[in-house]
Amino acid sequence: MARIDLEDVGHRYAGAGDSWALRPMTMTWKDGGAYALLGPSGCGKTTLLNIISGLITPTRGKVSFDGRDVTALPPEARNIAQVFQFPVVYDTMTVFDNLAFPLRNRGWDKPRLQKRVEEVADILELQADLGRRARALSADQKQKISLGRGLVRPDVAAVLFDEPLTVIDPHLKWLLRRKLKQIHQQLKLSLIYVTHDQTEALTFADQVVVMSQGEIVQIGTPEELFETPAHRFVGHFIGSPGMNFLACEWHAGAATIAGVRVATSSTQTPPAGAALSIGVRPEHLELAPAPGPNTVPARIAAIRDQGIQTMVQLEVGASLAWAKLRNSPGALSSGTAFARLPPARCALYADERRVP
Amino acid sequence: MSSAKPVNQRAWWFVLPVLISVAFSALVPLMTIVNYSVQDILGPDQAVFVGMEWYKEILRDPDLHGALYRQLIFTAAVLAIEIPLGIALALGIPERGWRASLTLVLLAMPLLIPWNVVGTIWQIFARGDIGLLGYVLTQLGVDYNYSQHPTDAWVTVLVMDVWHWTPLVALLSYAALRAIPEPFYQAARIDGASRWAVFRHIELPKMRGVLTIALLLRLMDSFMIYTEPFVLTGGGPGTATTFLSQYLTQKAVGQFDLGPAAAFSLVYFLIILLLCFVLYNFMKDPR
Repeated sequence: MARIDLEDVGHRYAGAGDSWALRPMTMTWKDGGAYALLGPSGCGKTTLLNIISGLITPTRGKVSFDGRDVTALPPEARNIAQVFQFPVVYDTMTVFDNLAFPLRNRGWDKPRLQKRVEEVADILELQADLGRRARALSADQKQKISLGRGLVRPDVAAVLFDEPLTVIDPHLKWLLRRKLKQIHQQLKLSLIYVTHDQTEALTFADQVVVMSQGEIVQIGTPEELFETPAHRFVGHFIGSPGMNFLACEWHAGAATIAGVRVATSSTQTPPAGAALSIGVRPEHLELAPAPGPNTVPARIAAIRDQGIQTMVQLEVGASLAWAKLRNSPGALSSGTAFARLPPARCALYADERRVP
Repeated sequence: MSSAKPVNQRAWWFVLPVLISVAFSALVPLMTIVNYSVQDILGPDQAVFVGMEWYKEILRDPDLHGALYRQLIFTAAVLAIEIPLGIALALGIPERGWRASLTLVLLAMPLLIPWNVVGTIWQIFARGDIGLLGYVLTQLGVDYNYSQHPTDAWVTVLVMDVWHWTPLVALLSYAALRAIPEPFYQAARIDGASRWAVFRHIELPKMRGVLTIALLLRLMDSFMIYTEPFVLTGGGPGTATTFLSQYLTQKAVGQFDLGPAAAFSLVYFLIILLLCFVLYNFMKDPR
């Protein structure tokens, strides 16, 4: 286990011209942390993971483990474990030999190795299959073996997961995710988990690193990402549906929508000339019967009763917004209404970024 | 109404073209051979049924034993050299880019040359007086002469076959290697696997299917080798390169012993079939 520091690390793939697969960035991964790297396909999260594991040498910057520069070291010299999206098992070996393989390559003696493999098999509930040929197993079980090989070395700087549950069926996915969380608490390993699934990221990680287009846009706890997205992308990406962004103007020191002053949690003045909007979660947007403070005129465009909640689509000026109403709002009908934006629950965004 | 699915016997007509072509291309010639093998053909209209006589004669023929023995050693040598060498070559071919294309084209060249031309090339190439290889060997003091020394002739045919067919094994293996997903190699690096372990536990198992095909192809082809030794020395010197098909041709065409030749054809066929069967079952997925 180790603290991992990335200093000005960036990567360009050969032949990709000037575009960064990963824009130069600096960050520290704390020892023993459970991190999720969250972002859509092609955002650079696997590139970042492979830079940490050493499968890719970054175009620029420095990677260090506990202060030791490992930028030039290959993965085998870095003391890191990685689990891939699709199960990688050694077909010719038994499950036991598969799990023991990373340890044997590092010269563990037999009794110690035996004990460790059994521990890991125990955690992943693979004891019954230890003697079986790995190739005869189902995809689920093969991926468990891959996970096991990732977890079997107790001294690794970190265990990296690259969307490891993609091929697992939904029920088992849920169990394994909980298992990983449990393993993290038991073994105090540093885990970095790449996923494009927000539920997976939010349930697994203490810290979620959200990436978009080769850039880290926010690092925070699941709650922070939900309550105070630093970037419009985070607002869109986290939550279902994502955050509403209502276009607004800046008049006399305050944001206004359709002439109504809207107070927000942002305290600073946005830079002049930026495209402004107010972000508010569908969960926090309220319907009001009459005009009032922070309440703007709207038009109800659509109503969807989802049983435990009602989704109402509103047109506020030129913007569309969803409101998620917990309690049945009674008789709702299309037409004119008013939307209230709770000041503490909404924030001002200049261009893409949140105004502090 | 019966719940049974209606059976349409007319569907058999669809199978008929295949049946007819198989009958004429395989069954009829095969049955002709079976017919010949149990008769003594004295003339176009004269034949005597002799039962298993030819089979008994053939199986006791020391010439056949010699040819079979040479053939087995030759085929074993072909497989033992071409398969490992082909794999080694495949591992050395660049993964992509113009170097890969160039290597593949160069490697595939021997495959484009007809058998008799291969025989002729080597017949000249290995001659002591005018052939580059033979001349150099002779000048180096090696007593090499394929038309006089049985071992030299045998080795020359073997080298010829290796030169001609190793590229096939290499190309097949190369295709199998390229089909291995990158994460297997990445995981092996993370696991600290040695180069040998990567080969033993990832590459070799993933090449298994393709290698089975390569092995079967080379087994069958080398077992039927005819043209190259025929062009080089006509099966000699002596009987050094008289393999099974030379022996068969000498019997059937040279001496016109149709009965024994037919009996031997069937035995030959059964030997190949048996070897392929054994090998296939040995190489098959042990699932």
